[in-house]
Amino acid sequence: MNSPRTPWLLLIALLVFCFGLAANLQPRFQSLENSRRQSDNFFSLLLGDSSRVFANSFFVKADAYYHSGYYPTIFDNNSAFQTPHIAEDTGDVASHNQGEDEGFLGPPRDWIDAFGRHFIPNRHTHLDEGGPTDDLSTSKEVREILPWLKLSAELDPENIKTYIVTAFWLRTKLDKVPEAEQVLREGLRNNPNDPQLLFELGRIYFENYHDSTRARNIWEAALRSWARQEPGVPQSERLKLTNENFDSRFIFEQLQTNLALLEEKVGNLDAAIARWELAKLASPKPDDIQKHIDELKQKPLNR
Amino acid sequence: MNNIFAVAGIVIKELYRRKDFYVLFILTVVICLVMASVNVFNDNQIIRYLKELCLLLIWISSLVIAITTTARQIPAEREQRTLLPLLAKPLSRTQLIFGKFLGCWLACGLVLVCFYAFFGALAASREHAWPLLNYFQAAFLHWVMLGVVIAMTLLGSLVFAAPSSNSTICFVIVMAILCVGRYLDLVALSLAEPGRSIISGIYYTFPHLEVPFGMRNLIVHDWPLIEWKFVALDALYLLAYAAVFLVAACLVFRRKAVN
Repeated sequence: MNSPRTPWLLLIALLVFCFGLAANLQPRFQSLENSRRQSDNFFSLLLGDSSRVFANSFFVKADAYYHSGYYPTIFDNNSAFQTPHIAEDTGDVASHNQGEDEGFLGPPRDWIDAFGRHFIPNRHTHLDEGGPTDDLSTSKEVREILPWLKLSAELDPENIKTYIVTAFWLRTKLDKVPEAEQVLREGLRNNPNDPQLLFELGRIYFENYHDSTRARNIWEAALRSWARQEPGVPQSERLKLTNENFDSRFIFEQLQTNLALLEEKVGNLDAAIARWELAKLASPKPDDIQKHIDELKQKPLNR
Repeated sequence: MNNIFAVAGIVIKELYRRKDFYVLFILTVVICLVMASVNVFNDNQIIRYLKELCLLLIWISSLVIAITTTARQIPAEREQRTLLPLLAKPLSRTQLIFGKFLGCWLACGLVLVCFYAFFGALAASREHAWPLLNYFQAAFLHWVMLGVVIAMTLLGSLVFAAPSSNSTICFVIVMAILCVGRYLDLVALSLAEPGRSIISGIYYTFPHLEVPFGMRNLIVHDWPLIEWKFVALDALYLLAYAAVFLVAACLVFRRKAVN
């Protein structure tokens, strides 16, 4: 009964069974992947929703580092720091700051306060502008904000702002374009098709890699994604000048403006004008854009 | 004076026989080295987060060593029944208190030298700079501040029954001063009377230990040197408080039964 082929046949049967099982389970695992993404994050697992609070604290900590420690506490007047300056200076985030950022400490309250100010950072500086030494050659010191931004992104992977700010500083001041791209792709893995992340990724291809075709494709994908965000709402409604629409209008204008600039650069003036016309719909300064459109319309005549 | 130094020498020997310092130092080194091994966007020049963490651990370790070492000095002498024979020698109670204070303070000074040497080496490994004067200012004021904490704990060890309760109370007071001391006057303004007057009174009377603590930010973010006159003034201010606590401790100990 014990044929010499029996073990081989058993082995083949087992292999066939394993292959069949794997083929059966693979689609199920793939469908579960999205729901598992959150629990895969160690911090989310450990801290639950409170991880977002910590993430925000670390983002603010990065801003404090950007100011070399000169930063208001909960006891100080922080109206000039409502929007972290690391985000404000990227130009991609709407600012809610008001008042003086130079003197949130105000005049000394008493002699103890006046004396104590000699022992704390007491001047408003930005790391990319030289920090406390005012030495512009040290602008790469802005790298010091990165650990806190990285930690913040790990704690709250759904916060778009963290990826955008991290990528901006990596790309513009630290010449770390591949790392910036990696950050944005990580952001897109956690927030698929987000228009803001796609916009930033397009900027990398346009401004750093000088790849106009891929930049155009990414920005057009961002526009399609923007349109899909609120399917039932007409475009004119989303572009109305209201506070609720601010972010939506801002990203639409940025995308159309950058697409227009791209078309101008590659010489497609008609396409550029069409993009400027769309950008005008969302711009707070439509007259300036109209002036530029008029200039573009003159160009072919001048040639 | 010789008696004071003799007592101080015993306290210092006790510190290096105990494991507290070694444990805290190794823990600080290990935590800092683990954090230093984290890869942040392939940039090996990022250092400030490490400096901040290291300084925070140094502050915590030094406070733990200062408070726990000081809190057990007098109660341990009493428990081991060595206090009476000690005082039977030509050693006054005041000399004993001053000797214990000096021993703990010098021991903390030695601890700070080790910690700040490690901090300097850690910072230099990435910054390739030695701002020694800045480190000296920070370490010196840190040491003087520990003098106040040690004097306060010594007084507490004569007032409170057990070293554990004394340590806990001193920790709470010191942490409260370090965290909210600078803003207590603002807190007072938001209160109604008599709370406002009480909190304001506390603000103006407690030692502002948070002043040297705030210097961490200057060291972490490479701010320029503080003017030496301000460093000297702060040292004098803190030493005055240490003297007040020491005198109070001497007065309490003079009237305390030692058996």
